[in-house]
Amino acid sequence: MNRSIALPTVRRDSQRIHGRLTTPRVLQGGLLLLLLAVVMASVGIGAVGISPAQVVSILLQQIGVDLGVSFGANQSGVLLGVRLPRVLLGVLVGGALGAAGAAMQGLFRNPLADPGLIGVSSGCALGAVLCIVVGHAIFPAFLDQFGMYALPVAAFVGGLSATLLVYRISARSGMRSVSTMLLAGIAVNALAGAAIGLCTYLATDAQLRNLTFWSLGSLAGGTWRTLAVVALPIVLTLLLLPRFARQLNMLALGEGEAAHLGVSINQLKWRVTGLCALAVGASVSMTGLIGFIPLIAPHLVRLTIGPDHRYLIPCSTLLGAVLLVAADLASRTVVAPAELPIGIITAIVGAPFFLWLLIREQRIA
Amino acid sequence: MALQARTITVERSGNRLLDSVSLSIHWGEVVALIGPNGAGKSTLLKTLSGTLNPTRGAATFAGREMWEISPAERARVIGVLPQESSLTLPFTAMEVVSIGCQAGGANGVAEAEQIARQALAEADVEHLSNRIYTTLSGGERQRVHLARVLAQLWRSRNRERYFLFDEPTSSLDLAHQHRMLSVARQCAAEGAGVLVILHDLNLAAQYADRIAVLHHGKLAAEGTPDCVLTPDVLDAVFQVTTCVFRHPGLPCPLIGAFGKHRIAQANIPLEVE
Repeated sequence: MNRSIALPTVRRDSQRIHGRLTTPRVLQGGLLLLLLAVVMASVGIGAVGISPAQVVSILLQQIGVDLGVSFGANQSGVLLGVRLPRVLLGVLVGGALGAAGAAMQGLFRNPLADPGLIGVSSGCALGAVLCIVVGHAIFPAFLDQFGMYALPVAAFVGGLSATLLVYRISARSGMRSVSTMLLAGIAVNALAGAAIGLCTYLATDAQLRNLTFWSLGSLAGGTWRTLAVVALPIVLTLLLLPRFARQLNMLALGEGEAAHLGVSINQLKWRVTGLCALAVGASVSMTGLIGFIPLIAPHLVRLTIGPDHRYLIPCSTLLGAVLLVAADLASRTVVAPAELPIGIITAIVGAPFFLWLLIREQRIA
Repeated sequence: MALQARTITVERSGNRLLDSVSLSIHWGEVVALIGPNGAGKSTLLKTLSGTLNPTRGAATFAGREMWEISPAERARVIGVLPQESSLTLPFTAMEVVSIGCQAGGANGVAEAEQIARQALAEADVEHLSNRIYTTLSGGERQRVHLARVLAQLWRSRNRERYFLFDEPTSSLDLAHQHRMLSVARQCAAEGAGVLVILHDLNLAAQYADRIAVLHHGKLAAEGTPDCVLTPDVLDAVFQVTTCVFRHPGLPCPLIGAFGKHRIAQANIPLEVE
């Protein structure tokens, strides 16, 4: 008789929740490691290869520590001048999109609320495009006042208007109806698309090149300068959004129940919408329209650890960053030395995922 | 001290939903609110919970009008059990109840979990704590929400607190209907004021200290079960022929109603004692 068979860990098993793969803590740790790995891979892979050891020693050399690992001057230049700002921009923007997706799905009480699908991103894009093309003619004072922040501010205003419009329309039927919300999003997307199209006729050649980059998105504009512009609004949002996690949990029970539990619904609505528009606006103004990450990241997190917003928002932030940096790496390497727009990569992965979600929702209902 | 409706009138798009209704819920008592569909029961409950502002009159608590009190403070005094909830995210029962603890101001994760466990046990849903809410049956969901509301006011046990239950027995089996109302009585015994909207007159007769009857937005009758549950009142309000007995085992009335198709063959006693 074999006596070495381990007894089943009964207590553990009974504590496990059906449909949850792991605990929030494990997922957070895993995502942090994954993000580090993706960042290392992304800064190392390209026309000039840089090994992780070289990456670390180049960075440490900047603060005067010599590890004794040899690297070329061109490697150091590529890492510090080109790849690092680009990858960090990916981390910030990906994190902002993931967090904004989680928060908006909570606010709309609807897992299909995605800034891209419901028109927020295109609202941001319209704001930014108007600023590029007709800004100098119409608001020269505004441009002078805000300087390099003019673009993110314009994107923010556009995104906020689009969100509030869609929210008002879909709130009419009491509950946030999915179909109304998505239809309103289609209309807003179409309207913004048409307005952006009109702008291309007014645009100069240089402006036109800028505009094409909006429609598909890219991290190629990532420099230390753009990083400095988007860092403030995005970091602010990432710090503030988790504070609304408890109220979003209460809102999940229903607007009436949330009010009974002490939530000021209107205040919550304005603050969360404002923060999301700020983060998405800043992102879109620097990288153009990058779809599906705000949809996918929170969904994958919910499938793993459940819908508690206290963990959902930070984990979606990390996963959004991982996904965008990985998508950027793919966009640079798949057809190297040329570069694919990142929106193509996220759509190839994201659109089938979205379809799968729709089929799954139908099966549950 | 009491939770009070003071001559409340509610008008919505030209319809008068409530017409000068006054009602007080005191500490330590269970008040049942009965009446036909559309009589204004839920509207009255909404004004008392502070989510609906009356057109005239006021809902007051501790001498203050409801709109003067911040939502967060209200959440520590008044717990509302809804008829149904539209939760669609896959929270576990335990997590739903923990959300109630957070609203009640629990200190830290450990205390919140301890309160949640006790509340789950009180509502007889401890065995469901790790189940996903959306996979539960209607009755199980209602009991999870009971646990959530109990958890919300758990820390207010020694202070003024009120429970407002909107048709809490609508999807419960016989045993859990009685369990639900026993919990309501238990809360009252611990000093809370409880308002329960009920359709089952015999449950109201057995568990309520006072019964208020709403009819077309007006308070048609109010008093002890014996005063209110009479054939005259029930015929006037519900347009149903009834006869009222003494409960054979309890000091409360027992109501039997006659279906319309049976009245011709029925032998309706005028007085039953």
